[in-house]
Amino acid sequence: MRGRVLVAKPGLDGHDRGAKVVAYALRDAGFEVIYTGIRQRTADIVTVAVQEDVDVIGLSVLSGAHVELTEDIRRRLAAVDAEEIPIVVGGAIPRGDRERLLQVGAAAVFPTGSAVDDVVGTVGELCAQRMASR
Amino acid sequence: MTEGPQSGEELVPWLRQTNAGIPVDPSMAWSGDSGGDARGRRDRSEPGEFPFTRGNSPAGYRDKLWTFRQYSGFGSAEESNARYKYLLSEGATGLSVAFDLPTQCGFDSDSEEAAFEVGRVGVAIDSVRDMARLFDGIDLSRTSVSFTINGTAAIILAYFIAAAEDSGVRREKLRGTIQNDILKEYASRGTWIWPATPSLRLIADTIEFCASEVPRFNAVSVAGAHFRDAGATAVQEMAFTLQDGLTYCDEVVGRGRLTIDEFAPQVSFFFYTHGDFFEEVAKYRAGRRRWATLVKERYGARTDRAAMFRMGCVCGGASLYAPQPENNIVRVAYEALASVLGGVQSMFTAAWDEPFALPSEETTTLALRTQQILAYETGVARVPDPLGGSYYVERLTDETEERIQAVMEELERQGGMVKAIETGVVQRMIAKEAFALQKDVESGARPVVGVNVCRSDGDPPDVETYKMSAEARAAQVARVQEVRRARDQARAREALRSLRDAARDDGGNLMPILVECAHADVTVGEITKELKDVWGEFRQPVDI
Repeated sequence: MRGRVLVAKPGLDGHDRGAKVVAYALRDAGFEVIYTGIRQRTADIVTVAVQEDVDVIGLSVLSGAHVELTEDIRRRLAAVDAEEIPIVVGGAIPRGDRERLLQVGAAAVFPTGSAVDDVVGTVGELCAQRMASR
Repeated sequence: MTEGPQSGEELVPWLRQTNAGIPVDPSMAWSGDSGGDARGRRDRSEPGEFPFTRGNSPAGYRDKLWTFRQYSGFGSAEESNARYKYLLSEGATGLSVAFDLPTQCGFDSDSEEAAFEVGRVGVAIDSVRDMARLFDGIDLSRTSVSFTINGTAAIILAYFIAAAEDSGVRREKLRGTIQNDILKEYASRGTWIWPATPSLRLIADTIEFCASEVPRFNAVSVAGAHFRDAGATAVQEMAFTLQDGLTYCDEVVGRGRLTIDEFAPQVSFFFYTHGDFFEEVAKYRAGRRRWATLVKERYGARTDRAAMFRMGCVCGGASLYAPQPENNIVRVAYEALASVLGGVQSMFTAAWDEPFALPSEETTTLALRTQQILAYETGVARVPDPLGGSYYVERLTDETEERIQAVMEELERQGGMVKAIETGVVQRMIAKEAFALQKDVESGARPVVGVNVCRSDGDPPDVETYKMSAEARAAQVARVQEVRRARDQARAREALRSLRDAARDDGGNLMPILVECAHADVTVGEITKELKDVWGEFRQPVDI
């Protein structure tokens, strides 16, 4: 097992094609994947992440609210002393927002058009770091 | 620039079958091996003849061109209203309203859930007042309006009727469509609210209500487009959609108040046309034949009107790509041609910047012009079903129909569409295809120009997301709060109480009460919550 990953869809957008493709690719690559389903409240995503003791949280956002949602999850993780869980964000993300996302605490950003192999590679590195530091 | 594959050899896997996996016999030999006549044709129907493989009317587009209908909406009702007037002034022949996610999911603009999403991906509608502003200055007795709305479709229909009546247009005059298709929301688009049983009841209520009160309005547009954009193949798209259509018809027929002949003419369909040209033409021909056959066999329809498969389509979506974005102009044009050769009744052509932005006036006008050139310059509208009789198209139509039937039989084995969705079977079938396509595009097995072949250097255009300004959002929040404050509170309370009572009792039709809620200035969020209190919420399967 290469790590436990929570694939989560915060906000109201229901487009889960990307989230599921990434989830399938991670599972194929030997990760344990927990999928939240769509339209999850940020508070619930954080609760699941902590309860399931995941190594990485993957967020998929296509509505444009990626910065606000990432910031919110980051804040909620900090509030329960779980800010060490890295967040990877994918979706319809303008280039200019990449830096913003990294600033508000994303560990990596994968805009539409990213290769799935790159996502798997990055998640693998983040999981390895997390497991080594435990 | 990187070169694309040059020899047939390099393209072999892709040449051997259509994108939906239908094997293609390259010999193109006339033969009777599909059980047909000397030319392989089993179905000798003419245009306008049951089972309508060749189209619903003997004259095709000579009777009536397809409707040019561009999906549009963003921000406030005023901003969207201005875009609609612009589109109509440029020759659009119908309107198509996009709603923001809070409106689609049943939250008011001032709710916590709406916080980051007001006006973002469509227009924010909280009450009948917003609906009135959305169509201000547009004559609803003359303009057909399509609403992409599902979870809250009955509420939006009630607002539309109430706003039209307030502007002096009677409900019998209204033309258009509400999508009102909850099953595909559960499976692929995501704006569900209540569980399947009460949701189906509400849909049946709208169908019955429209049959008697709003006779020129399509009460449901059973949509395959969202299955397709989530990853389904053309065959799955049609099969899932027809199965959804049967589920709605079963519900209405099962109530025993209307016969199929009385309501089926107000059931329409909606699909994505993607890039595999002949597969798309065959999909539409096969869909028409399968639906007509099913409606006759399953429900004993007596009229042709009930058996006719009327559909709109959208060209673009997941078939478009961000790298070399102008290529999308060409993709959409081919898709539009396939749609017309397939015989659609209305069309939305996506703008080429769709993969990364809300379309501008320029790009949306070009998309509209794409249809207009097709309609007015190419001559494709001269005869119905111009590809009828082509060996390849007839053969592909037969093969597509067989595969549609096979998928539908599988869904029946799973216990029907509702069960197959509640257990996640449909969702897994779709996600599996999406994953397979992603791998094929990344490996190059599926050539995509500008993406994995014929690439050029340089970054694709940047994604732009639309965000309502803080002031506009605050104004929308203030408006809904003002509506709640200024209304006749006793009338609003009474309307909500009647709604709750009627929701508890299975016998009555909720539509007249929803129209009263609209007139009483009750908001989308209030109505949704009232019904949630009685019906609960849909529980999505998360097992992938």
